[in-house]
Amino acid sequence: MSTISKLLCAAASTAMLAASPSLADTSDARIALSNNYAGNSWRQAMLETWDDVTGAAVEAGTVAAADAFTTSENQATEQAAQIQNMILQGYDAIVVNAASPTALNGAVKEACDAGIIVVSFDGIVTEPCAWRIAVDFKQMGRDQVEYLATRYPDGGNLLEIRGLAGVFVDDEISAGIHEAVEGSNFTIVGSVHGDWAQDVAQKAVAGILPSLPELTAVVTQGGDGFGAAQAIAATDRDMPTIVMGNRQDELAWWAEQKAANGYETTSLSVAPGMSTLAFWVAQQILDGAEVPKELSVPFLTIQQDGLDEALANTPEGSVANVSYSLDDAMAAIEAAR
Amino acid sequence: MTREHLRILLPVLSLAILLAAVFYLQPRAMSYFGLNLLFNLAIPVALATIAQMMIIMVNDIDLSIGTFVSFCACVTATLVQDTPVLGYAVLLAAVLVYAGIGAVIHLRGLPAIVVTLGTSFVWGGLAILVLPSPGGASPEWLQSLMKSKPPLVPMAIIAATLIGVLTHLLIKRSSIGVVLQGVGGNERALERAGWSIVQLKALAYGLAGLFGVLAGMALVGLTTSADANIALRYTLLSIAGVILGGGEFTGGRVSPIGAVLGALTLTLAASFLSFLRLSPDWQIGAQGAILILVLAIRLLVTRREAN
Repeated sequence: MSTISKLLCAAASTAMLAASPSLADTSDARIALSNNYAGNSWRQAMLETWDDVTGAAVEAGTVAAADAFTTSENQATEQAAQIQNMILQGYDAIVVNAASPTALNGAVKEACDAGIIVVSFDGIVTEPCAWRIAVDFKQMGRDQVEYLATRYPDGGNLLEIRGLAGVFVDDEISAGIHEAVEGSNFTIVGSVHGDWAQDVAQKAVAGILPSLPELTAVVTQGGDGFGAAQAIAATDRDMPTIVMGNRQDELAWWAEQKAANGYETTSLSVAPGMSTLAFWVAQQILDGAEVPKELSVPFLTIQQDGLDEALANTPEGSVANVSYSLDDAMAAIEAAR
Repeated sequence: MTREHLRILLPVLSLAILLAAVFYLQPRAMSYFGLNLLFNLAIPVALATIAQMMIIMVNDIDLSIGTFVSFCACVTATLVQDTPVLGYAVLLAAVLVYAGIGAVIHLRGLPAIVVTLGTSFVWGGLAILVLPSPGGASPEWLQSLMKSKPPLVPMAIIAATLIGVLTHLLIKRSSIGVVLQGVGGNERALERAGWSIVQLKALAYGLAGLFGVLAGMALVGLTTSADANIALRYTLLSIAGVILGGGEFTGGRVSPIGAVLGALTLTLAASFLSFLRLSPDWQIGAQGAILILVLAIRLLVTRREAN
């Protein structure tokens, strides 16, 4: 790459956050998506969003191709072979959602040695030569408490709904919540496991409610807000502010309450569209931008004013999704520096 | 042309046709680098297929080879790396356990399919005990061996040739190999001739264990770290490889070179389908269709031969 385009890249990644600086450098680059599993709605949404966003990028000439490959069985050795095939097919970058954090390392190293950019997301790989776009679950916990602190500066009582015991994600989100509560006026007066499922959360909350003082808010992990609301609605308590997790049933309940009594809350979760963030990060690396190896994906947060739109765009039984743009990728890169 | 020749001709032909198709679809594969990438992950599959062949040779079937290879991979990535003496001792013990399983299956007249299904859960559990979360590291020498770049011919091809030729010499040319095939052919005749079937079965299973260990080590050399579920596919791949390579489930009729070719063909078939850009929904089906096609041709050829 010439010095001029390098300068342009630097300018692009620092100053031109609002513009769309698709430099000519990547117009003949080909990017592949290596995916290990397509059997649930999250993965289906992930692949659909990939097609939408990369299809447009190919049409606009930003990249030459962005093909998605899914292995037929969810097996690491098969995905390793798939990545080796991609090396042979001459892709310039490979975006990976990995079946195993370690078992693909050999194939990923082969790709790096062949000069291919490897960006892993969601299911990340530990091979140092690859980029990782991970989810900062701790931040997800902190964000909830920070939102509540703006709503209730004087603090109050919180009920915490946790996820599945013993799972890394549950520990991280909860640690983030407790960390943020530490420095605030809030106190956590109760904690139950909702297993990220509405029915489990409803039973657990109904069980603990009689022993609790008045609640200001409920902090959650996603997939449990609607169940908590059902349990509390069955009593004569005032409805506390329940933080939601972007599920369609949660958003629908929130919209209903909003119409009835102006209920206010926030909702946050990880969007399946993070595959497209990985795509743009790969494009930026190919473009010559200096990107740190460890990136974190911003959450998809739904605020009061964006609720109706988000609900309208989320199919029943699914999760709110978003497709990321080049600007989002640049913001994520900037945040990691 | 004897039946033995026919038996080996079909795997050679199916591999050649697939290879030609892959070269046509992806000319880049027609290079040192390309061949290595196409075939290096076939090496552990080939070793596992040879392991399976040892069991099929004595009229049994092994449903635990996938988890066993996973277990060996986990041991290689942890114990062998950290405390080599203990690590190799564990691998040696695993081979002896395999031989023991063979002896027990014969002594108690148990169906191998049930016993090995049971042991597959044991190996899977042990793998998780050894390596609870994915990780570990490959021993340095193993990694440099598997990733070495010998002049002219890629490592994957040299390794496959070596495995094929050595096991051919062992099974087809050595006297003990012929006796082992005899266990599958006519166990009772061997017994009357004074051979101990228990010892022979233990030997066949022990050899299977040895090749399983080698498969696990080769796999870790390639992936550089392990995962307790890394080789679950190998159980079915290895059975398909043996059959594709001209082996039969009964009668001790197996072909080591054919088994290696079968393993290479299966690996190549997956790459071929991915180069075709076939939708993943169809890939398992298509892989099965290739298998059925080759077996159908074999049946036609052997029927004609018999007439």
